[in-house]
Amino acid sequence: MKSVILLDNISVRYRAPEAKFGTLKEFAIQLIKQNVRYKEFLALRDINLEVKEGEILGIVGRNGAGKSTLLKVVSRVLIPTQGRVRLKGRVSPLLELGAGFHPELTGRENIFLNGTLLGHTHRELETRLDEIIEFAEMETFIDTPLRTYSSGMIARLGFSIATTWKPDILILDEVLSVGDENFRDKCRARIESFQGQGTSTLLVSHNSSNIEAMCTRAVWLDHGVMKAEGRVTEVVELYKQSQQN
Amino acid sequence: MKQIQTLQNVEFTYDSQNRRSPALEELLDVIQYRDLIYQLIRRDIVARYKRSVLGVFWTMLQPLGMMLVMGIVFSALFRQVEGYVAYLLSGLIAWTFFAQTTSAAIFQIVWGSTLIRRIYIPMSAFSISSIGTGLVNLVLSLIPLLIIMLAVGRPIRWTIVFIPFPILLLTAFALGVSLILSTMTVYFPDVKEMYQIVVQAWMYLTPIMYPADILPEKYRFWLLHLNPMYYMIEMFRVPIYEGVLPTADVLIPGILIALATLLVGWVYFANRADEFAYTI
Repeated sequence: MKSVILLDNISVRYRAPEAKFGTLKEFAIQLIKQNVRYKEFLALRDINLEVKEGEILGIVGRNGAGKSTLLKVVSRVLIPTQGRVRLKGRVSPLLELGAGFHPELTGRENIFLNGTLLGHTHRELETRLDEIIEFAEMETFIDTPLRTYSSGMIARLGFSIATTWKPDILILDEVLSVGDENFRDKCRARIESFQGQGTSTLLVSHNSSNIEAMCTRAVWLDHGVMKAEGRVTEVVELYKQSQQN
Repeated sequence: MKQIQTLQNVEFTYDSQNRRSPALEELLDVIQYRDLIYQLIRRDIVARYKRSVLGVFWTMLQPLGMMLVMGIVFSALFRQVEGYVAYLLSGLIAWTFFAQTTSAAIFQIVWGSTLIRRIYIPMSAFSISSIGTGLVNLVLSLIPLLIIMLAVGRPIRWTIVFIPFPILLLTAFALGVSLILSTMTVYFPDVKEMYQIVVQAWMYLTPIMYPADILPEKYRFWLLHLNPMYYMIEMFRVPIYEGVLPTADVLIPGILIALATLLVGWVYFANRADEFAYTI
């Protein structure tokens, strides 16, 4: 099995001014006086992780444990403060509800807007347009403005756009909790078929039964540190125990 | 069968420690994402007029309305300017392009910040698409401008074919300023509000509504020649309104300022872009 994601000693350090500066002028004055103290915050600390082709890796941890930061490092959004990230192939992050959509545009127009935001070309989108609409079950509403859609419809459209092309790395952040049961099953089926074709998936979910049902391996993050890594049932069990204490 | 693979054998397509220069990388990425720029421009134009009856005609009616108001107010004041409304409108269109695109770029980076926290996008696409939207509006406003020229009896001369050149320089200058302003906005959100005041004051300091020779002689040279927008407006206005080509003393500084601003803006933006996700 080939490695698709390699994280070597990743640390992410956020730096925020300790005091809030209301204005540029105030900040400039304080900066000259060397009064700006920064509060450093390590969101991730020396993470080493290897994800192989076809793995579905679940990430568990409390709010603020660094799960989303880890996903950002893998989706190229954050360049880590320290360490090295190496990726192989196309990363497809699934956006949260509605991000990258425009309410006044129709569903069809939004497919092009959202699809190009994900890095697809106009031509690519045109050739798979019908397929995207069909999977999202949107045939009747595709030419009405997005503002008339329900949140479930928007989620379906978003999922469909992000997964019509088989990515090499798929990133799912709390997205499987939307839509109706029927559509969720369809999503799961699609993720599993990708897995069969070699796609590696990173899945973050508060719902540990989701992780247990789908993942082949899990990691537990706590305060930016990797506490455990390995078999899903064991990692989830350790995480649950820590929560009870 | 277990396959042992040493790290060197794996071919990675992205390596956070092995990257080209930020300015070059941003440029290559933005070329790859060119369809996104088209979609963003389309979204801006389509979404703006979607619910209005006259639609895109508003782009042409807006400068006409503005000119009508200012024309009535100021034409009595500036009787010495021949065909005052044509003088006003030719300057105003260039100014509106600059003011609108730079403000839109700031707005876009704020809108885009929700996205760039989640997916990778070459962020200069937001500034470039703002400029693109402005260009569409600028070209559309040329139609009412030509109508007004004929209406007030200013001849349209062959020099009009020179117009794409000043538009190109204006675009380069506005993009450079947009990139610098968007970068600053990421660190200090107040820039957005501050710039609205600056742009107002800047407009009154630039001879758009009034002829340059009403500026007090003592300060005139400095007021004009230290103002980059003076060159941009002159290069655009002279071939239309006066029917002659701009002279070298306007053209050369104009070209240098436009290209230097774009270069500085691009390098500054690209070098900071990695940090955006940390601050936004």
